[in-house]
Amino acid sequence: MGQTIIEKLASAKLGSPAAAGDVVWLPQDVVTARDFGGANVVKNFLAAYGADAAVFNADGIRFTFDCNAPANTAGYATNQQICRDFARQRGITVHDVDAGIGSHLLIEQGLALPGITAIGTDSHYNILGAVGALGQGMGDVDVAYAFHTGQVWFEVPATVRVNVSGKLAPNASAKDLTLAIVHHFGSGGLLGRAVEFYGDVVETLDLPGRITLASMATEMSAVIAIIPPGASVLDWLGGRTNSPVETITADPDAKYVEEVTLDLGVIEPMIAEPYSPASVRPVRIVAEEGVRIDTGFIGSCTNGRFEDFNEGYAQLEDGGVAAGVTLKLVPATREVYGQILSEGLIEGFFQAGALIHNQGCGGCAAGQVGMTGEGEVQVSTSNRNFRGKQGAGRTYLASPATVAASVRAGRITVPEAKR
Amino acid sequence: MSRMRITGSAFPLVDASGALLDNIDTDMIFHNRWLHITELSEMAQHALGNLEGYEDFAARVKPGSWVVAGRNFGAGSSRQQAVDCFKALGCVGVIAISVAPIYLRNAINAAMPAAQIPDLAGAVEPGDVLALDMEAGTLTNERTNTVLQAEPPISSVQVEIYRAGGLLRME
Repeated sequence: MGQTIIEKLASAKLGSPAAAGDVVWLPQDVVTARDFGGANVVKNFLAAYGADAAVFNADGIRFTFDCNAPANTAGYATNQQICRDFARQRGITVHDVDAGIGSHLLIEQGLALPGITAIGTDSHYNILGAVGALGQGMGDVDVAYAFHTGQVWFEVPATVRVNVSGKLAPNASAKDLTLAIVHHFGSGGLLGRAVEFYGDVVETLDLPGRITLASMATEMSAVIAIIPPGASVLDWLGGRTNSPVETITADPDAKYVEEVTLDLGVIEPMIAEPYSPASVRPVRIVAEEGVRIDTGFIGSCTNGRFEDFNEGYAQLEDGGVAAGVTLKLVPATREVYGQILSEGLIEGFFQAGALIHNQGCGGCAAGQVGMTGEGEVQVSTSNRNFRGKQGAGRTYLASPATVAASVRAGRITVPEAKR
Repeated sequence: MSRMRITGSAFPLVDASGALLDNIDTDMIFHNRWLHITELSEMAQHALGNLEGYEDFAARVKPGSWVVAGRNFGAGSSRQQAVDCFKALGCVGVIAISVAPIYLRNAINAAMPAAQIPDLAGAVEPGDVLALDMEAGTLTNERTNTVLQAEPPISSVQVEIYRAGGLLRME
């Protein structure tokens, strides 16, 4: 019988056929822990297996300090050091506070390739679906178990096949497409499912755009959203590894739990209002209501690539951040920081009045860059705007272009077409 | 065959109209400002500390309670603390209409009973005694004497891990 991508991927890893609903122990190629959760992973590991216990494969494990980088509380600093000590004793690589977001590092370093399995203490690990890999965010118990055994239990999810048709408006980008999709399915709308995305508007996305879409699978409670890599993504990945890069495709007679055709027409800039990533309306409508803003944020695992900064930058080229408004920038990784530096964006952003921070998760996990006060309004390229997540203020989620256009105007604003 | 039947008293999380709350996310359950905490005993006091109307949950809930909620419980982050904080308070486990996948994993791995009961809405009042049969995948409300089915069923691996006392105790 035909297999979906997730069934094929699991079968290849196991060396025997796996179908939706099967519970299997799935070997992992890469197991990571962040500074968030990492210390608990170490504690769990040592308590369960002993102080001298070995890890399954030191080369397959990474620590990535991205959540609170560099540590701005003594608690986080201690937790990071617990991880460093553990890593040194066992020859594990640490991507320290200067490296950037772990999931992005796996992609940049050629560790996340089509068909591989990876887990980490990061609920947005399903970002790796952007390269056709099975990335899963897990808690510190799962990760401690995988440090020891190299595997996790896995109930092969049923797959929803989503065929998206539509066309991005000249002032819209991958985030707008993504928000439209999250709006369609709703929070929890793909709960426990694997998703395969198809259709021109998805297939023409570049890698950063695919990262944006895959990252927000979590906001629909999907296990993984796979965007089968096309030629340009495979080429890019090929430049990052010496391993063969081959995409996994679904069989024509694969069995789906549901097939959804989503016709989005002309996709205009979209925005998620507080306090749900699924509370989405066109920016045009929200802008008409006149929403004054205090601050903007560009970055996060959803929109922290060079292309995202470039998209925001274009809105600021002939005008800066409005008086009384701030714009905070956090590149996803050191590589991205290097790109915005060498391409001259940092100079331009600085002149426009932006505040440029070091690489990492910045605005999200620990709210290091971008906590909001009671009554404060933020427009962010991040992926979650839960009540209280980033302080007491109200956070809207939008594309880099919408964030930049809005900080320039001092209110939520439809970006101009720049492409 | 030994039956694994877990009994507790319902503590439903509801809105002003009494309906079970949907989409209770991990920042409502255990806010990110406490993520540096690694001690179980310290986690307890922060449980549901960011859920409007339930900020004092830790003081109100009695050991032996089921946390009862609506759809997509535990959406959001992968933080294990969002499970551990309930265990630290002596809660029996989580019964919800549906549970977000990462949260469900974390509960299973911590041997905290969790079940998804599609017909839960309107079926539970505060203080009702609820019995979850892990193997049969049924939830019995002993006050109303109704039996509700878990769907999807409780998986074999969940039963296996529960029996072992947690993933880290598995051989």
